[in-house]
Amino acid sequence: MSMGWQVYVLVLVIFGILSNWVLLRWTTRYEITHKPEQGETTGHVWDEDLREYNKPLPRWWLRLFQLTIIFSIGYLILYPGSGVYEGVLGWSQAQQYAEQVEQAEQKYAPIFAAYAEQSPQQLMANNDAMSAGFNLFGNHCAQCHGSGGRGAVGFPNLTDDDWQWGGEHEQILNSIMNGRNGVMPGWATPLGGDKGVTNVAHYVRSLSGLEHDAEAAAAGQQQFGMFCAACHGAEGKGNPMLGAPNLTDDTWLYRATLDSIKHTIANGRNNQMPAFADTLGADKVKLLAAYVQSLSASTAAADSAANSTATADAASAAQLAVQ
Amino acid sequence: MSTTASYNDRVVRQFTVMTMVWGIVGMLVGVIIAAQLAFPLLNFDIPWLTYSRLRPLHTSAVIFAFGGCGLFATSYYVVQRTCHVSLFMPKLAAFTFWGWQAVVVAVAITYPLGITQAKEYAEPEWPIDILITLVWVAYAVVFFGTIAKRRIKHIYVANWFFGAFILTIAVLHIINNLAIPVSLWKSYPVYSGAVDAMVQWWYGHNAVGFFLTAGFLGMMYYFVPKQAERPIYSYRLSVVHFWSLIAVYMWAGPHHLHYSAVPDWAQSVGMVFSLILLAPSWGGMINGIMTLSGAWHKLRTDPVLRFMIVSLSFYGMSTFEGPMMSIKTVNSLSHFTDWTIGHVHSGALGWVALITMACVYHLFPKLFGTKQLYSLKLVEWHFWISTIGIVLYIAAMWIAGVMQGLMWRAVNDDGTLTYTFIESLNATYPFYYVRLLGGLLFLTGTLVMSWNLFMTWRQSTGIVPAPVLAPQAA
Repeated sequence: MSMGWQVYVLVLVIFGILSNWVLLRWTTRYEITHKPEQGETTGHVWDEDLREYNKPLPRWWLRLFQLTIIFSIGYLILYPGSGVYEGVLGWSQAQQYAEQVEQAEQKYAPIFAAYAEQSPQQLMANNDAMSAGFNLFGNHCAQCHGSGGRGAVGFPNLTDDDWQWGGEHEQILNSIMNGRNGVMPGWATPLGGDKGVTNVAHYVRSLSGLEHDAEAAAAGQQQFGMFCAACHGAEGKGNPMLGAPNLTDDTWLYRATLDSIKHTIANGRNNQMPAFADTLGADKVKLLAAYVQSLSASTAAADSAANSTATADAASAAQLAVQ
Repeated sequence: MSTTASYNDRVVRQFTVMTMVWGIVGMLVGVIIAAQLAFPLLNFDIPWLTYSRLRPLHTSAVIFAFGGCGLFATSYYVVQRTCHVSLFMPKLAAFTFWGWQAVVVAVAITYPLGITQAKEYAEPEWPIDILITLVWVAYAVVFFGTIAKRRIKHIYVANWFFGAFILTIAVLHIINNLAIPVSLWKSYPVYSGAVDAMVQWWYGHNAVGFFLTAGFLGMMYYFVPKQAERPIYSYRLSVVHFWSLIAVYMWAGPHHLHYSAVPDWAQSVGMVFSLILLAPSWGGMINGIMTLSGAWHKLRTDPVLRFMIVSLSFYGMSTFEGPMMSIKTVNSLSHFTDWTIGHVHSGALGWVALITMACVYHLFPKLFGTKQLYSLKLVEWHFWISTIGIVLYIAAMWIAGVMQGLMWRAVNDDGTLTYTFIESLNATYPFYYVRLLGGLLFLTGTLVMSWNLFMTWRQSTGIVPAPVLAPQAA
């Protein structure tokens, strides 16, 4: 803050507060010499019958007013408020935040450090750990992946066993720690416009055994080999190193409709998951990775019993019960 | 000036009628968005009906259309009678009426279309902002011109408040809306980042202070002593609380930005000035309520006076709550919760709407040449329906707000948050239903009032111009 602004702020703050005090002093002094008679008005009359008494300021009100002024002066001595003056206590919101984070770290970090020493399998079998994982997931992941981890359009379902970037513990850990940036380029021009795009889209649907136009799919197969196989593989089974999805498992990040697939092929996709290394730290991320694995594992275990949606519900219900 | 001249009540009548029309519209939109929060499917996936577009329509309709027309009507009525002259430049006064209606209609069309500056309570895009400026300057000319040609030396206290409101809103509106247009319906503010936030809340809080407080205190200072037929309690109290109120309000804005990118010192200044504001705000309440001393019995028989006293009580309550919420420790709990919505509505429904309705009840028979209202019984009904509605509304929002604040900060033994955001939302649903019921009751009260006024108008045998009274010698 420049000297000019400093003076400006100081003068206005001090003047703003003291002028109220002066106004009160002046009025109460005046009251001593000008005591109104009982029922006496100021003598002015407006609109036939509008008059004003001139009763003294109510004492309780006056004291309340003065109290707030005194409190304010005290507050501005203790806390920052007068420009660059930092206040006797040296308080700042940045410091308050740092202190609270520090306190929380001291109190809670050992809990997560202990979890981090366990193996993913141990964590998955540990109810306390999974309960903490559920809470972390609810506040950091559920916004996109949903409370039960079942995802949404553009946000992967974490309860199935299809993984864009690999489902091994280390791979999930890496996804959460460093984030992921899935980029697929648009192919409208290389494919020669809408006809080429449509052909490839039919072929992609055929890979997952969905209804398709056989002739168009056959035409698309050749172009798929030229343009798509580099990432998705010659058989369309994907490549977790690149985050290129498996196209043969009928699991779709952006819907299975022909229109949606055409849109993806023509315009590409750019999808980002943020990195959590800085916000959560390695210990909590490890716990989260185990929790995310557990979502998929509990689904796999119950896979024969029911369809995946129902079990994802059961999985989240089970986690709620742990809660 | 000839003694047979009459007051210009035509523009007052126009604004009074539109106060009720926009009141119904604004409150109806409020009920609709309250219903959308309780039952989200009620936006029917139609962009024009989404909460994000209807919410600013609701706030603008009740503040600037309902409240604004009420302020125009009463200030024009009061300034003539307390200056003992008719309005300065009547044609310009007529322009303020049609101009203001044009502003409201433009707002009602552009907001649902998604045309907005995205500044709270200052959403209109730049062409509408220019029209507002023109109308407001005309308003100032008419008002202060009337003051200038007054036939009585002393300016009545109601006019100080109306005057401060008109001047300050002009300054606030122009400074907050400085923007660079890039097309007919799109502009960008000249401020950025934390400065933009500061200017916005300097505007926002002073809109509360000068539009919703000073202006309506102006109403109070004329209509309460008139209705009670008692002198104002204390002239010197009005002097002290007027000057301290307008001096201190200017500073309170940063309390909207606690724990944000705004510098610590600005937040502290906002907080202490909000605390100092408590006594000046209560000065108005004391002066209004104490005006009844010696006439308390009238509350039993006069429902209009009861409206006034209850509105002053709500005013006192919300101006106590406001300074408390500006304390950083309290604010860290209340900020971003429905507590804020409850606070705003105890002021907006309890204070602003009730005092406006009381004044319209007082004015209507006088303006339309009937001796009295069609039914005092209906005024009673209106009083109870709205009061119960307000209590349901603000109690629901208080509980919901404190609950949300506590849920958001609840921590487990391992330091993880106990609740997810969605759980706090789920827990809020019962209170959203109660709030909807409260809002619905308040709207019902307004409809009862409109019916009563309509029937009063039907009784009218013709409008009798009110002659300009000669000032009385002291």
